[in-house]
Amino acid sequence: MSGTAFSRYADLPALVGLLTGDEKHQAAAESTLDVLWVLYDRILNVTPETADTPDRDRFLLSKGHGPAAYYAVLAAKGFLGVSALRTWGTFDSPLGHHPDRVLVPGVEIGSGSLGHGLGLALGTALALRAQGRTGARVVALVGDAELDEGSNHEAIAAAGRFGIDGLTVVAIDNQSASLGWPGGIGERFAVEGWTTRSADARDHEALYAALTDAHPGRPLAVTARVQY
Amino acid sequence: MRDAFVSTASAALDADPRIAVVLADISADRFAAAAARYPERVINVGIREQLMAGVAGGMALAGMRPVVHTIAPFLVERPFEQLKLDLGHQDTGAVLVSVGASYDYAAGGRTHMAPGDVALFDTLPGWTVHVPGHADEVTRLLRTSLAGDDRVYLRLSERGNAAARPAEGGLVVVRSGSARSAGVVVAVGPMLDRALAATDGLDVTVAYTPTVRPFDRAGLNRIVAAAGQADVLLVEPYLEGTSAHEAAVALGDRRHRQRSLGVSRVAEVRGYGSAADHDRAHGLDTEGIAKAARDFFLT
Repeated sequence: MSGTAFSRYADLPALVGLLTGDEKHQAAAESTLDVLWVLYDRILNVTPETADTPDRDRFLLSKGHGPAAYYAVLAAKGFLGVSALRTWGTFDSPLGHHPDRVLVPGVEIGSGSLGHGLGLALGTALALRAQGRTGARVVALVGDAELDEGSNHEAIAAAGRFGIDGLTVVAIDNQSASLGWPGGIGERFAVEGWTTRSADARDHEALYAALTDAHPGRPLAVTARVQY
Repeated sequence: MRDAFVSTASAALDADPRIAVVLADISADRFAAAAARYPERVINVGIREQLMAGVAGGMALAGMRPVVHTIAPFLVERPFEQLKLDLGHQDTGAVLVSVGASYDYAAGGRTHMAPGDVALFDTLPGWTVHVPGHADEVTRLLRTSLAGDDRVYLRLSERGNAAARPAEGGLVVVRSGSARSAGVVVAVGPMLDRALAATDGLDVTVAYTPTVRPFDRAGLNRIVAAAGQADVLLVEPYLEGTSAHEAAVALGDRRHRQRSLGVSRVAEVRGYGSAADHDRAHGLDTEGIAKAARDFFLT
């Protein structure tokens, strides 16, 4: 399915509904839906036609959990056929409960085990820098609970020290970390030399402004706050 | 072997813009000159082994050929899930180069030993595992590995054999037994010279390989078919029995006996000293191998 059908923001609840069988409630609860939409609709320089070009922007869904919103946005943007959404979780489907890059066009990493996306994103950004592809951007999405994994903190520290400005992290903060992050998620990035911004996870203009703020010589961390 | 690794990898950085070296402090001093020439392709992430593997996975996703290096336990065991997911599951490749082998740094104790590394790679599909027995083999195997895009583990040791062997991916016969021989000894990497000395008085064929995955099943089958008895003694420098399942499959078409020598699985050897001390403790010195070979082949 391509063209104008199911390609608008307003279509996302219906697309999520194809996956979850629950059109009315689940879509609104997807904490990542608006962030993903703003990224793919207005920020990331990647299309189904350029999904394999070396200079494309990359989006890495690090946490991998609850990928319904991700699949819905990929379908709306033409990376996936809408019909594939109905097969979610079946043996022959490309769409699992955690995404697999080998099976889904446009998916940059297979994820699901927490704490892997930031290291992969930093490595990708380092490679793009080494190749002189300074225009390509790498955006990784993590959750506030995912930050419990120590591997993230290895990546946060190193990316800050290296000053990798091609790297952006969007941290979805729905206050789900069991032991919390006193002082906020942004502090963990700021102290390591990142530029940090914060926005309401539902506010498209605020997300856009935060994600496009200039951050020369530093990686960018955007905390997207979710309020239920 | 480490010198051969550093010089070969440094030369590869000069010749091939795909090559990147990812370090976690270990050997960073040896790559200082290369890092000065290629600061964007020699990346030292500090003492962060999970990140080292993750960065390698990300660089591979962007089309580069990462070389990842530290001491074996910190390269393989500590970030094992990163090897499984950030390389294997992403369907990318890298060349992992460890030093320290099973217990080269014996005085460092158990924390710096990794006799289980090759067995761990056996739980993951698609890895090539090289265990060179000489510095010249390191150079050859590393060059071949760097030119590819697959997943390779190169296990270096400070110990080895007096001479390099011309083995290319499979078993080579180093000493042939007679048509009535008692069987076949398979010596992996640094074990060859000891295996040769230990079986000097026995009528057995001694075969050698520095490449254990994929295992040369057809070669073992052929070499065993030419021996007097289908009895195989595996002599490996890591966990005992690591390749036993490979030998079993290779010889599945015939009645055979096999025995595996390697680092004992029974108990942690809680001692320091030298690698030679640990060889004795595990029966991997020449005397230990000789006794096991007599017990196995002459009964």
